Amino acid sequence: MLELKNVSFEVKGESRDGKKEILRDVSLTVEDGSFVVITGPNGGGKSTLARLIMGIEIPASGSIIFDGKDITGLSITERAALGIGFAFQQPVRFKGLTVRDILTLAAGRELTFDEACGYLVEVGLCAADYVDRELNSSFSGGELKRVEIAMVIARGTRLSVFDEPEAGIDLWSFHNLIRVFESMRDATKGAIIIISHQERILEIANKVVVIANGRLDAVGTREEILPELFCDAKTCRYYRGAV
Amino acid sequence: MSKIDQIQADLLEMVAGLRGAPKEGAFNIRLNGKSAGHSGSSQVSIEFKAAGSGIDVRVAPGTKGEKIYIPVVISESGMREIVYNDFYIGEGAEVEIIAGCAVHNCAQGVTQHDGVHAFRLEKGARVLYKEKHYGSGEGTGERVLNPVTECFLGEGSYMEMDTVQIKGVDSTRRLTRGKVGKNATLIVREKLMTHGSQRAETRFEVAMEGAGSGVNLISRSVARDRSSQVFFSKIEGNNACTGHSECDAIIMDEAIVRAVPEIIANHVDASLIHEAAIGKIAGEQLIKLMTLGLTRQEAEEQIIGGFLK
Ligand SMILES: Nc1ncnc2c1ncn2[C@@H]1O[C@H](COP(=O)(O)OP(=O)(O)OP(=O)(O)O)[C@@H](O)[C@H]1O
Ligand SMILES: [Mg+2]
Repeated sequence: MLELKNVSFEVKGESRDGKKEILRDVSLTVEDGSFVVITGPNGGGKSTLARLIMGIEIPASGSIIFDGKDITGLSITERAALGIGFAFQQPVRFKGLTVRDILTLAAGRELTFDEACGYLVEVGLCAADYVDRELNSSFSGGELKRVEIAMVIARGTRLSVFDEPEAGIDLWSFHNLIRVFESMRDATKGAIIIISHQERILEIANKVVVIANGRLDAVGTREEILPELFCDAKTCRYYRGAV
Repeated sequence: MSKIDQIQADLLEMVAGLRGAPKEGAFNIRLNGKSAGHSGSSQVSIEFKAAGSGIDVRVAPGTKGEKIYIPVVISESGMREIVYNDFYIGEGAEVEIIAGCAVHNCAQGVTQHDGVHAFRLEKGARVLYKEKHYGSGEGTGERVLNPVTECFLGEGSYMEMDTVQIKGVDSTRRLTRGKVGKNATLIVREKLMTHGSQRAETRFEVAMEGAGSGVNLISRSVARDRSSQVFFSKIEGNNACTGHSECDAIIMDEAIVRAVPEIIANHVDASLIHEAAIGKIAGEQLIKLMTLGLTRQEAEEQIIGGFLK
């Protein structure tokens, strides 16, 4: 359903050619109905990859194919319309827009009170307390993160990308989160890409991708990749500190 | 009520939410400088001042839950007027006052309405004052509204003023002044949007005189195109009191916004805060809404609409 072909991304930087490379030559395929989990060290380039898929950043070279169509040159809005959804690592707050307003925009149609509540209940929020609240700075980090996930559920996109959805979410809710992803995949028959550092999330992956230092470092099934990831510092090929 | 045309009827609905005269309660509808219908109620009297220069509204002590409508509609191009309306709110009375002014200018003359409203609240009175301003018409003549609102809050009284000006007023200078007594509270919420080459000036001057008094000014505005806005606020604490003002502006295109806050504490137990923020719409907000399928323009409209809601 999604294919990245030799995608590279750079920003303005201090080097001699005035560029800083963030991602280099990343190729990846995501099959229908699969869970792909992207992991790797902080600053490796995972969020950047997600932003490239959504069209928030445009690659310096390479191409992105979605359902057989080259979307490399398409805008965020166009990609959203084709069925790509994205939950930010750091959700945005809005002065003046309520949770219900945002869910309505996400769903692309008027929602009844019950429908709006339904999405919030999915992510473990006591809906009546939240539905008409402004999504402003009064929201706690974990609450905001849950609303962010609820938005993607409301969209019901074929391809949904979640950037560290578990960050800030308490342990109690963690189990439910995994169930949410599973039911989303079943409902949309699409694919879900999750950026995560969490072992429990890695365990549901059909494919694990390791991004480190701007490169695709490894890709494989969880059986192949997991033993490599959770090893000690001496033998770990992803540990980059002093040994 | 005297006959009104379609434009006038629409304007009346726009600013006061009225289709024709209210069925009950006190009201005065001012149309092109004259009363087009008025009525008192058992608790509220409305008396005209000399020569159409305004009204005196008296609310009997203990009145509960009445709505008083006093909208102004001007559809004659070139008309300029100053109107003085005085409100006397008796002890313990609770009322809602719906003002509002709509100007339709379809020719070249400057059309201007300067409404001077003074409110005197007796002990324990509560007033919700709503004022909506709106301009329309294809004419090149300017539409000018310069409201002055003076609020004198007696002991334990409470006044909330909601003012909205979203569209069509070319030039506005608004002055709101208050003196707040013991344990009284004044709240002012202003929503303003300017576009084209409109100019808006807002000035708040509030003195908290009584112990336990409080004031909260909340201004949210959007400046688009080449419009300009200036926001002055001066809050003076002369007793143990709490004052807060907040001016939040979204700036777009080539607009200009200036905020000049002043807080003055003349008493050791006066606690005063001012917050002011001016900035363009956060890029992240636009991106977020675009990932939900909105175009950039739709995203902007949503953000502005929510901000001014
Ligand atoms: N616009 C930019 N300008 C400069 N550097 C950037 C820019 N965008 C990303 N980077 C850098 O690129 C690298 C990758 O960032 P990215 O956010 O993709 O990492 P990540 O893998 O998501 O990390 P984390 O696990 O901490 O979320 C980082 O070193 C970051 O500082
Ligand atoms: Mg990241």
